[in-house]
Amino acid sequence: MNSGVELKDQGLEIKDPFAAALAAEDIRGRSLWVDAWHRLLKNRAAVVSGFIMALMVMMVIFGPMLLPWEGDFTDWDNTSTPPSAQTGHWFGTDAVGRDIMVRTLEGGRISLLVGLVATLVSLVIGVSYGAVAGYYGGMTDRVMMRIVDIIYALPFMFFVILLMVVFGRHIVLIFVAIGAVNWLDMARIVRGQTLSLKNTEFVEAARACGVDHQSIIRRHIIPNLLGVVMVYVTLTIPQVILVESFLSFLGLGVQEPMSSWGALVNDGAQDMESSPWTLIFPAMFLTITLYCFNYIGDGMRDALDPKDRT
Amino acid sequence: MIQEGILRHAATRLLGLIPTLLLLITIAFFMIRVAPGGPFDSEKVLPPEIRANLDAKYHLDEPLLQQYFRYLGQIMSGDFGPSFQYKDWTVNELIARGFPVSATVGGLAMLLAFVLGTLIGITAALKQNTATDYSVMGVAMLGISIPNFVIAPLLILGTAVYAGWLPAGGWDWSWQRMVLPVITLALPVIAYIARLTRGSMIEVLHSNYIRTARAKGLPERMVIRRHAFKPAILPVISYMGPATAALITGSVVIERIYSIPGLGSYFVQGALNRDYTLVMGVVIFYGIVIIVLNFIVDLIYAWLNPRIRYDEAS
Amino acid sequence: MTRSSAIRALLACCLTGLASCGDGERDFGGPRENRLQPVELVLMENGRPDPAVLADEQTVLRGNGEEPETLDPHLAQGVPSSHILRDLFEGLTTESPEGKVIPGVALRWNISRDARTYTFYLRRDLVWSNGEPLVADDFVYSLQRALDPGTASSAATTLLPIQNAREVLAGEMAIEELGIALLDEFTMQITLTGPTPYFLGLLASPVAYPVNRKNVEEFGDQFSKPGKLVSNGAYTLSEWNPRVGIELVKNPNYREADSALVERVIYLPIEDQSTEVNRFRSGDLDWTFEVPNNQFKWLQQHYARELVISPWMGSYFFGFNLTQEPFIDNPSLRMALILSVDRQILTEKVTQFGEKPSFALVPPGIDGYVPFSPEYADWTQEERNHEARRLFEQAGYSEDRPLRIEIRYNTSDNHKKIALAIASMWKQVLGINSTLVNEEFRVFLQNREQKVVTQVFRAGWISDYNDPYSFLELFRTGHGLNDYGYGNSTFDALLDEAGKERVRARRERLMFEAERVLMSDHVVIPIYTYVTKRLVNPHLRGWQNNVMDHHPTRFMFKLKSRAPGSPEPQAEFAPDTPPATEAQPRATGDPEEPTPEQAAEPVLADEEESQ
Repeated sequence: MNSGVELKDQGLEIKDPFAAALAAEDIRGRSLWVDAWHRLLKNRAAVVSGFIMALMVMMVIFGPMLLPWEGDFTDWDNTSTPPSAQTGHWFGTDAVGRDIMVRTLEGGRISLLVGLVATLVSLVIGVSYGAVAGYYGGMTDRVMMRIVDIIYALPFMFFVILLMVVFGRHIVLIFVAIGAVNWLDMARIVRGQTLSLKNTEFVEAARACGVDHQSIIRRHIIPNLLGVVMVYVTLTIPQVILVESFLSFLGLGVQEPMSSWGALVNDGAQDMESSPWTLIFPAMFLTITLYCFNYIGDGMRDALDPKDRT
Repeated sequence: MIQEGILRHAATRLLGLIPTLLLLITIAFFMIRVAPGGPFDSEKVLPPEIRANLDAKYHLDEPLLQQYFRYLGQIMSGDFGPSFQYKDWTVNELIARGFPVSATVGGLAMLLAFVLGTLIGITAALKQNTATDYSVMGVAMLGISIPNFVIAPLLILGTAVYAGWLPAGGWDWSWQRMVLPVITLALPVIAYIARLTRGSMIEVLHSNYIRTARAKGLPERMVIRRHAFKPAILPVISYMGPATAALITGSVVIERIYSIPGLGSYFVQGALNRDYTLVMGVVIFYGIVIIVLNFIVDLIYAWLNPRIRYDEAS
Repeated sequence: MTRSSAIRALLACCLTGLASCGDGERDFGGPRENRLQPVELVLMENGRPDPAVLADEQTVLRGNGEEPETLDPHLAQGVPSSHILRDLFEGLTTESPEGKVIPGVALRWNISRDARTYTFYLRRDLVWSNGEPLVADDFVYSLQRALDPGTASSAATTLLPIQNAREVLAGEMAIEELGIALLDEFTMQITLTGPTPYFLGLLASPVAYPVNRKNVEEFGDQFSKPGKLVSNGAYTLSEWNPRVGIELVKNPNYREADSALVERVIYLPIEDQSTEVNRFRSGDLDWTFEVPNNQFKWLQQHYARELVISPWMGSYFFGFNLTQEPFIDNPSLRMALILSVDRQILTEKVTQFGEKPSFALVPPGIDGYVPFSPEYADWTQEERNHEARRLFEQAGYSEDRPLRIEIRYNTSDNHKKIALAIASMWKQVLGINSTLVNEEFRVFLQNREQKVVTQVFRAGWISDYNDPYSFLELFRTGHGLNDYGYGNSTFDALLDEAGKERVRARRERLMFEAERVLMSDHVVIPIYTYVTKRLVNPHLRGWQNNVMDHHPTRFMFKLKSRAPGSPEPQAEFAPDTPPATEAQPRATGDPEEPTPEQAAEPVLADEEESQ
């Protein structure tokens, strides 16, 4: 084996740190999931976070329906007013008189959607790419991983800006743009996992029985990657939400009158002294969400990796 | 043996750099050209005569492929050409002035993040699942839970505008103007490193050889310092390669809010202004930086983890 | 890395919390009551400020938006670079603090009867910053360089009124055939294609500044770097650190070096508006480029003394694409949309900074020109909405047949807010569901130009010179910026006639008529006329508000601070008037102010001469 490949086999090329630990993990049977679930339930931070997130999801889905304001309604009598029960704007209004509360909740829909969908996009690309590279190995693997290296060396920002500029500002494009640059880590992790999986008895048994490669990847490799992937997903969602907020900072975020927490926080940050309420409420929602996802992710990682057991 | 292996590995790596860069240049070159609009579009009147003169001056009137090969020839000699947007400067000059700034701020931020991050991570790991663990990790996680474009103006308002301790932005190589950018840039990295260190430290502390060391009656500090620290920071090291590359090539958020003349804005400004030469220059530069840094990370990794050999297949 | 110890020392000395510039006090920073105020301005008999009231250190720090794209005056186009170049160079004409055109390097000039030939008599004994004499040939060389196809200057459009300029730019004629002639060492003649009453104003813009031939030939495209650049204005370039700052110091060889009180100017490029305000507040700046859009109320509460707002030579409007559905051949619909925009709300609640609601194209404030005002300008918004609904129905739209349109704008907080507000007004008055389309600047420009996907789009114009023609010509058939697809031969003919007309009053009448034609074709939705808004250190005086927003540093000076605790003069700032609008005496007693017999002739011949 060539030295470069050998190096990668040691997990060196795995850029996502959490994957490093996971890459070494063995395949376990059914009891793993049950065990892991029990361990997760014992992690108080993760459980509380999960509960809060469930609540948050309910709020952003149903909240806007319960509020008297439309997200794009401009209340000319109350522009830039602080939170007040009297005006009916509990979180205050922005510079054109839109209700911050309804905008925060609607923005939450977009932020969570971006987080989820963009992560799924990166997941689909990353898992299939990594599984194929790892499973076939050899030349295929080397070429595929070299391509990943090249894309790695492209500055992410440049990539996303050009995607947004060339194809316009549709929300679907935001999913794709973020997902398209985020799959690299996933591909590397999955590849590492697959490399160790493909030499296990059950894969070899399948191969001996004449099962074709595609079915082996689909039926045996990918299902066994699920644990790693789930942890990765929970830890990627908050990153993606932050990336979207960064795009909003650059003015490349979602199209008005739609909004996202990132866009709202960015608008609010411009006026943090003159109208702090436009910053505080969306920032609170955003921060709580990011915290919760990170705690859930950490909890899942601990739960799935028995070495962490105390 | 190890020496020789590393040398061979270095040679392969450096050779691999050339096709990687070539592909990178090709992708970036055609991507930026696909973007609608050109470098000289503006809201001012531009009669066709003048437009033609501009295109001729910058060779934009040639077929795209010819421009591509002209560009390749030009960068062979290390010349990135004149910037379209900043007409008095060459791209080489802009990078030469921007990179030291970004590298200083980014390097200091990485240093700060590494020291604080590992400290927090180890502390949390040693006190796993106690109040200390939760509180230090909770604070560290703030860095990845609040966008930096919120933290930065808050820091400016607090320390500069109201307290008057530090300047509100700008750049003159004085430490006062570096403090806030370095802190802002380091915060999310501290959080990542702390999490990584905590995770791997916990793992290491439960490993057999640490148990053995403890059983031998070695003092706990010694165990941590001599035996646990090195393996525990391995994942941190592999994280640090791309992270350092990202930090030292500048951050557009930090540069804009603190008005710092780093490289990061050129990625964004160059792309938005269709400053073809500038954006190509910084993209290629970034590519080289990230490849070199990954290589350095490999070396450090090998040095820290003697189980890895470059010379033989296992 | 070359970096200036001067800039560093200076910036370091201005660090908040450390020893600061000038008299060793902190001008800004911290809560408002801590800020020191200037002493009262005392003038001497000659109208100059008394040296006793001046601060010891005359350094001005000016926020300057983006990094200037170049300091080559012939290539520069942006606002940031033109601010700097006005300090570095002086053209044949120049501007007073009020923005009026006054003699610059040319002491006086004659204009021929047909208003096409200008003869300039240059001041003698003028020198460049390197001591070489400044002669008429320098201007001939410079104007030729600006129009040389090889220079590839986009700013050269400004010089197109010069005879044969277009042909020279296109490479169809030799550069010597330009309508520029050297008569003797200090006399030159410029011939124009047609009467251009604003031509003297154009000569005060950067593209008409002289550059030193030897300087350019020696250093090529590097000549505009510090240590190399030779200039003829009140300041010379001493340091340029990209995206950090540009430092100019007084040019001892300038003709009025004695009257320029500011010794050093530092231009700081600060892109982010909030950052700029924060740096102003912490004492890093004397003068901001602009202020954030949303913060009017807050700034007025906390920085009333420093906040300066003044009308600007620009119109903000939205345009219709007349070549596509639904606006093609549909004036009723366009009129309905124009009427239902409540400009009162837009300016009072959305933009807030004192922008004036507008109903036509040309902003007020141009000498002698009274802009057209349509009938509906005097209606109440209720009446306008009523009429709008009627026209909307007439155009065939109703609840059953609703209209869907796209409002397109480029990324900017202000455009976004206004587009949102307009969409909301159309929804409330006409029930229109509009989609907002936010595009990155260059994509937006391209779409606007192609006129395929655009419907309603953000437009606007800020003029480089003080003339209605600058606004009107954009709507000529086939004009490069006619993104509306507007074409009306009556309108074009009126502008053609105005271009040939030598009598000022008649020329203005023709342009008024053209504006009337344009506005009755409902091509744009006028919104407001621009204002400039910035924060200025109250110590900094000598400048005046003007519609061009040109503020040469050479007229400025800095006052001393009042000792802390000394009583505040009451009358100085009346609560309602912004501080800067008060009349300020001119800082310069210009000894070379043209005397009646040498003064420039009227820009255009008088009415009786031309029948």
